[in-house]
Amino acid sequence: MALPAFVMFVFFGIIPLLGVIVLSFATWNGITPTIELTGLTSWRAALSNPSLPNAIWVTFLIMALSWLVQTPISILLGVFMARQTRYRGFLSVLYFIPLLLSSAAIAITYKSLLDPSFGIGAGLGIEALNQNWLGEANLAIATLIFVVSWQFIPFHSLIYQGAVRQIPHSMYEAAQIDGAGRVRQFFGITLPQLKYTIITSSTLMVVGSLTFFDLIWVLTAGGPGDATRALAVQMYQQGFQASLMGPASAIAVILVLTGLALSLLLRRLGGRSDESQLEGA
Amino acid sequence: MKRRNFLTLSAGAAAGAALAACGNEGPGGGSGEGSGGGGEASYWSLSGEPGQPYRQAAADRWNKANPDAKITPTFFQNDAYKQKIKTALGANQAPTMIWGWGGGGLKSYVDAGQVEDLTDWLSQNAAVKDKILPSSFGAATVNGKVYALPVETVQPIVLYYNKKVFEKVGVQPPQTYGDILALIPKFNAAGIAPFSLAGQSRWTNMMWLEFMLDRQAGSEVFDNVFAGKQGAWSDPAVLDMLTKVQDLVKQNAFQKGFASTVADTNADQALLYTGKAAMMVHGSWSYGIQKANGGKFVADGGLGWMNFPPIDGGKGDPTNTVGNPGQYLSISSKASAEAKETAKKFFSTTLVDDEEKAGWVKSGGVPVLKGADSLFTGDDAQFLKDMAAIAAGAKTFAQSWDQALSPTAAEVLLDNIAKLFQLQVSPQQWVDNMNGVIGK
Repeated sequence: MALPAFVMFVFFGIIPLLGVIVLSFATWNGITPTIELTGLTSWRAALSNPSLPNAIWVTFLIMALSWLVQTPISILLGVFMARQTRYRGFLSVLYFIPLLLSSAAIAITYKSLLDPSFGIGAGLGIEALNQNWLGEANLAIATLIFVVSWQFIPFHSLIYQGAVRQIPHSMYEAAQIDGAGRVRQFFGITLPQLKYTIITSSTLMVVGSLTFFDLIWVLTAGGPGDATRALAVQMYQQGFQASLMGPASAIAVILVLTGLALSLLLRRLGGRSDESQLEGA
Repeated sequence: MKRRNFLTLSAGAAAGAALAACGNEGPGGGSGEGSGGGGEASYWSLSGEPGQPYRQAAADRWNKANPDAKITPTFFQNDAYKQKIKTALGANQAPTMIWGWGGGGLKSYVDAGQVEDLTDWLSQNAAVKDKILPSSFGAATVNGKVYALPVETVQPIVLYYNKKVFEKVGVQPPQTYGDILALIPKFNAAGIAPFSLAGQSRWTNMMWLEFMLDRQAGSEVFDNVFAGKQGAWSDPAVLDMLTKVQDLVKQNAFQKGFASTVADTNADQALLYTGKAAMMVHGSWSYGIQKANGGKFVADGGLGWMNFPPIDGGKGDPTNTVGNPGQYLSISSKASAEAKETAKKFFSTTLVDDEEKAGWVKSGGVPVLKGADSLFTGDDAQFLKDMAAIAAGAKTFAQSWDQALSPTAAEVLLDNIAKLFQLQVSPQQWVDNMNGVIGK
């Protein structure tokens, strides 16, 4: 039954992708009826754009920071939720809620809450909450990472929760007989057993962070200045604001290739995925 | 929603363009409503106060009188609309009537053959043309031909101030730029932001540059930029102006967090009418927004306004103003003949009738239609008279830079303005960056 999925993927994945590749070798302002093929002109324009290095830096900074923040918290929450037998279903549902909200809605809400003049700090009269959260370069990045984590940690926690519950109980029993404590068990058994889950979750995080657009667009629109202008934002601004569809498509192709390369790299890191995860099985 | 439209919309601009390149004649009705039969027309414009109710009212009036040739309006937020309309044009899904700001954006539509030439139609319908202020046709004209009908209001940008805040702090409204500089520390000391600014929207910051440069050096510098003269930004007045702007930022002339404040949500206006900020440079449409959102603030005489004050020793004529000489409606060249006919009838009847004129006056704006002065009565009379006087008395009424330039140059301009206000670029770097896109 893979055919319908394949057809959908071709229609909504492959064809637009080919369109973007063609566009990246063209010059088009987005509104003329004809699209002119101009070889590498758009690629040159995109790669020589003085704001490209900053966009690449911001993209990888957001990628690294969001991975660093989300992964440890997600693993710990996952382990905690797997252990927790009472209310586990209820808590899992609760944790899952942020993921059900649309990014735009989350961003609008946080934008209102964090407004220095009309936000939660001003409303409750708490001066400490009255920082310039989105109007100062470093704080804006930090705030962005916080909102991203708030939205996606629940999802990754669930993945880890499922993985932790797959670990055979006998291993923990054996460890207990050998006199290993909780912490030792976590580092000796849980973490090594989660190896493949970490690879999977990290791939989702890393590739997903390449395409962060809606959150950034609503929260900061790439600002202040260009402090949060990741590649996806740069692509949008080039294409839809500056009417440079060619260079915008070139950036899109770069994003696709980066995503592919990163997924492959993470797979390689994961070693051979066909070896059994179960000791002695 | 028709299947083809659904696919075009979903597969994005790239696939849409591929389909469009195959000679797919998009329907006259936009946003996937299918091809409107019998001369039905669609119309996209901006949402929100103060304009939306009067745009809706015009469509309603027309639909009541012409039940068999309905006009369907759709409204979008300002910043989102600018991109939405381009995407729609590229995918052959444009509405029959395209709302815009004229200038460079309109020129890009003209170059792409997307909008109708209205020159002949206007000369055949001289009565229509005669009802509209002649000064508003400039931004509708590309290569000597008119491609849009000026509609709605003349919108100079002015300096607003909160009278109550001025009273509370015990200071007088500024007469010169020197006064402004003297006021900044006083308001900061009182815990009130001297100026409200929606820095995330970028075009708001641009209004400052427009006025500072004009007051400093007159309108010539930007005229040269507009004319595509190489190195036009290198005028020493530009460096001086940019340095002054950065000094304002350094002296905390704008509210905390201005870089993340958005104009689309009217947060900048809210700062002014709630008294968290003392002054604000904004377009004349802000009056209508503050009237609608500010409770009794405007009615109780809390709002003051003036033309941007002169800079001591500046060469610019202090009567000069910048802003929007009008708003502009174009007709999509891809629309069906019947829909075009409907749009033209709408142009020549509803959009120039007395109710339209009265409506825009009621919104707190000066209409582009002649002879509105007699309507300036009631609470808004003084504001309307002042705006009309600023617009009529201006030696030069310059169009907003980002609207006058091409979209490509405008984006570089707005980007550099945002960085300037973040102190990310020096005035000299700003000049060099901007000289690089002259004429593009």
